[in-house]
Amino acid sequence: MTELAAFNRRDRTWHPPLYAPGYKTSVLRSPRRALLSLEMGSGEKTGPRFGHGMLDPLDNDMIRNAMVTGEPIGERVIVHGQVLDEFSRPVRNTLLEVWQANASGKYPHVNDHYKGASDPNFSGCGRCMTDENGYYYFRTIRPGPYPWRNNGSDWRPAHIHFSLFGEAFAQRLITQMYFEGDPLIPLCPILGVIPEIAGRNMLVAKLDMGNQVPFDALTYRFDIVLRGRRQTFFENLREGM
Amino acid sequence: MPVDILKETPSQTAGPYLHIGMLPAQAGLKIRTQEKMNVLTAAGVPGEKIRIEGVVYDGAGLPIRDAQIEIWQADSAGVYNAPGFLGWGRAGSDFTTAEYFFETIKPGVTLYHDGRKQAPHISVLVFARGINVHLHTRLYFEEEAEANAADPVINAVELKPHRQTLIAKRVKPGVYRFDIYVQGDKETVFFDM
Repeated sequence: MTELAAFNRRDRTWHPPLYAPGYKTSVLRSPRRALLSLEMGSGEKTGPRFGHGMLDPLDNDMIRNAMVTGEPIGERVIVHGQVLDEFSRPVRNTLLEVWQANASGKYPHVNDHYKGASDPNFSGCGRCMTDENGYYYFRTIRPGPYPWRNNGSDWRPAHIHFSLFGEAFAQRLITQMYFEGDPLIPLCPILGVIPEIAGRNMLVAKLDMGNQVPFDALTYRFDIVLRGRRQTFFENLREGM
Repeated sequence: MPVDILKETPSQTAGPYLHIGMLPAQAGLKIRTQEKMNVLTAAGVPGEKIRIEGVVYDGAGLPIRDAQIEIWQADSAGVYNAPGFLGWGRAGSDFTTAEYFFETIKPGVTLYHDGRKQAPHISVLVFARGINVHLHTRLYFEEEAEANAADPVINAVELKPHRQTLIAKRVKPGVYRFDIYVQGDKETVFFDM
């Protein structure tokens, strides 16, 4: 069997540091030793293959996938974009999982005790897969901002959590998407752990008026980049040879 | 000037409510309640059935109750993406006990990038509130002493006592304990691969 090529190294100066005191919870949840930098084995270069068949038709529609008495309250939005790798190749047929607070900034979660109103018609849970060109879309309600305990009461900008698999375990990525123009974005300690402004800007979805659904929903564009698989120019030699 | 490539989208913490999107039944949602992503075994899958259990600890030695653990492994013959065996699993730490567990099969021998054999192992990722980029480690098996001694990744850990953090303890036949220490004296070895 031909051995799969490895992935481009993850740029740890571009990602947030694990120890980031501005986000207090990271202080006790970050290793103190350096990560051990190593070449990949076959398990890092492969990953689970989820089929389109695992999805329910309503998985990508958070306006309708938990309706009990009617549609959830809030601004109707569509989020769409393309998943590419670092070498600009589309990442095809890959699973995206998304989750978020409701329009009041309250999560439908047993551990969220924020006083924001619950919405019985909103799960905050969605899934979709990219198509043959790496494109995805889902429909939801714009989440509300909410306070959290960090520097006293910090406020999270409106955001949607994203989980992506890519085609290999090395490409696994969890991140958060923000909404262009939100004044809380520059104040957010969690977004603020990303060192460079260009990195933070990659997480801000742009209003896409051209793709609005007229008289129905606003649309935001959010493209995502996963690690890229390198070319195999020469076989790797054993270390030290 | 070097050739430009796109920058990877920066990682962010999965946060305390990661269950909503990834383990919805644990979040208390009434959707996808039949999912058991921590059970990889199924009828007809060859190999030794095993159970893996453990707790993720923080730097104060406290159990992390909102962690999520994902695993990825080969089948018993050392094949990834083998037909009939997804090889991937996900478990949430219990909100009360902090314990996670998986039911799976013991994987076979796989290859490192240079063709050397890797001892049977499972790739492990840890996600949680406060973890800005998921942590990547490996689980090896205590009884595979000979294969472990020859494993290129275990051997890359310079300090021998730290190698033990990668090895699951067999608490009884078919049951392994794999506690993960995010920080501190017992800190697990995490990889940048």
